Amino acid sequence: MAKTLAEKVWDEHVVRTAPEEPDLLYIDLHLIHEVTSPQAFDGLRLAGRPVRRPDLTLATADHNVPTLDFDKPIADPVSRTQVETLRRNAEEFGVRLHPLGDVEQGIVHVVGPQLGLTQPGMTIVCGDSHTSTHGAFGAIAFGIGTSEVEHVLATQTLMQAKPKTMAVTIEGSLPDGVTAKDLVLTLIAHTGTGGGQGYIVEYRGPAIDELSMEARMTICNMSIEWGAKAGLIAPDQTTFDYIQGRPEAPKGEDWDAAVAHWQTLVTDDDAVFDKELVLDASEMTPFVTWGTNPGQGVPLGASVPAPEDFEDPGDRVAAEKALTYMGLEAGTPMREIPVDTVFVGSCTNGRIEDLRLAAEVIKGRKVAEDTRLLVVPGSVRVRLQAEEEGLDVIFKDAGGEWRGAGCSMCLGMNPDQLAPEERSASTSNRNFEGRQGKGGRTHLVSIPVAAATAVRGRLSSPADLDDLVPAGAGGSN
Amino acid sequence: MDAFTSHTGVGVPLRRSNVDTDQIIPAVYLKRVTRTGFEDGLFAAWRNDPDFVLNNPVYAGGSVLVAGPDFGTGSSREHAVWALQNYGFRAVISSRFADIFRGNSGKAGLVAAQVDEKVVQRIWDLLEAAPGTTVTVDLEARTVRAGEGEGCVEASFDIDDYTRWRLLEGLDDIGITLGHEADITTYEGSRPRWKPATIHS
Ligand code: SF4
Repeated sequence: MAKTLAEKVWDEHVVRTAPEEPDLLYIDLHLIHEVTSPQAFDGLRLAGRPVRRPDLTLATADHNVPTLDFDKPIADPVSRTQVETLRRNAEEFGVRLHPLGDVEQGIVHVVGPQLGLTQPGMTIVCGDSHTSTHGAFGAIAFGIGTSEVEHVLATQTLMQAKPKTMAVTIEGSLPDGVTAKDLVLTLIAHTGTGGGQGYIVEYRGPAIDELSMEARMTICNMSIEWGAKAGLIAPDQTTFDYIQGRPEAPKGEDWDAAVAHWQTLVTDDDAVFDKELVLDASEMTPFVTWGTNPGQGVPLGASVPAPEDFEDPGDRVAAEKALTYMGLEAGTPMREIPVDTVFVGSCTNGRIEDLRLAAEVIKGRKVAEDTRLLVVPGSVRVRLQAEEEGLDVIFKDAGGEWRGAGCSMCLGMNPDQLAPEERSASTSNRNFEGRQGKGGRTHLVSIPVAAATAVRGRLSSPADLDDLVPAGAGGSN
Repeated sequence: MDAFTSHTGVGVPLRRSNVDTDQIIPAVYLKRVTRTGFEDGLFAAWRNDPDFVLNNPVYAGGSVLVAGPDFGTGSSREHAVWALQNYGFRAVISSRFADIFRGNSGKAGLVAAQVDEKVVQRIWDLLEAAPGTTVTVDLEARTVRAGEGEGCVEASFDIDDYTRWRLLEGLDDIGITLGHEADITTYEGSRPRWKPATIHS
């Protein structure tokens, strides 16, 4: 029978199936971090259960870690306890851990792909909703809660009802200066935050084929922001090239066997999706959010919408609340909104390609006087690579701050937080009320928009900068 | 986990849609390494507002939350479920739940009862007209009932059969799965050798 990619990967992992029961699904890789795991390890301890497959489990500290003074003990005692608890649990249960200070430490969704552990056709879970990032490799990857973390630790399986499948086909090509982030923000504004609910989504079509692995990860990362269970992209040569040679990638004969299998991981021509959606990339422009959920976005060239613009009464109320929280007037051009802090980083846009793109815009320019630029690499490896390429110097010369690796201001669990009413342009994935600090106001943006906004001090794209720069001051190379 | 058959308690109308997990419990409250004590972070930002529904003494002992669509979107933090439970909630009624939140609720023993949007509206109206009205969530019968006698709102709710059965029986998932350990071992024997591992012997 013809199958979609998601169905193929799912079916390969079914340990047990029974009528009226969810499938018992085998998990190839379980990623762990400090925030959602302590209670799970505690549960194991209470029941006297071991971790079934420590060799399929990897832990790192990311949510809570400081990005300044990261070579010293963590100042906040509560954060320190959580990170310390992870270390003790990893040791007690024999789990591989990359703690603060380790060269492989970083945001868990940056670390997996970077080590070559994320591969096509796998099932990958983590107590973190942005586990969907790993779907970029053609894996079924999704976030789970702490009870499920404990379940995977104890059994290496999960009970899961099989989701429906949806195809999101992106025709055309992204215009110059428009990125995967703009694509996914456009998509979410189109579907709303609940549009993907109950589906595993396959992103496909010419615009997706052209994307780098980094850009594909940005798209899959935000699958959860429109409610999808998971998002994935069929593996191709771009995928194989990215994996080959990484520390945990298959080698020699194993590599050939793996690739031979990975090449079968495509949706069959006559397979049927439960739902299909088509968008055209060539019509997309830089896209930013104005509200307090990722679906409340508009093109950068547009203005803040008015509640009356929304037909649905629920949307109208939500828009009204969002405008009040965000301190915005309907009708204000997005480009005129002043920004206090620009955050470049997170598992959405904290990889080396993202930092290169940001540096390209910043190079030879200065961060606006009343604006602060915070650049937080997604992992220690990304930080070291960026420093080798001199990107850190570009950011620092412009007046930006260069930090250590972690989640940082994406969720503000460490000291990197917005003050009340402080406004950010952020390359992360969530603009919820208070997400980046109590009372903080977040606009989700792409890397080029973040960088240009840092320079101009208002929401901007690099195209807005040219008139500001005296000839010869650079920026174009 | 304790079995859940039916629960009656004061209904709390939360007239908001898209209540994401950062609203239910902000990240700064997630630093505990226990399962208890998260009630201090529940709806932390909103609780500063004296008009917020939970600040009304009538709802002090509330145990059934009635919320708008897309409840529990965002993060996978099960702390959101624990915070609701630690505060005293036994059930949440909404017209749509985010997948992960619904899954977490089922595991932790909080009933996520999905009803039609109109039912939520009617229960809100009723609870606001007569604050302190009780709501019954009957898992056995799959019904919610707000108020008594004439003018009461009664409707059936959706919950998947398997979760309902587990909640009714108060069963621990891990125990059930370990009953199928032989199947897991057989499956492991069939995994290709090139699949990645984090530890190499
Ligand atoms: S970077 Fe942000 S979204 Fe990603 S794992 Fe960390 S906190 Fe979650």
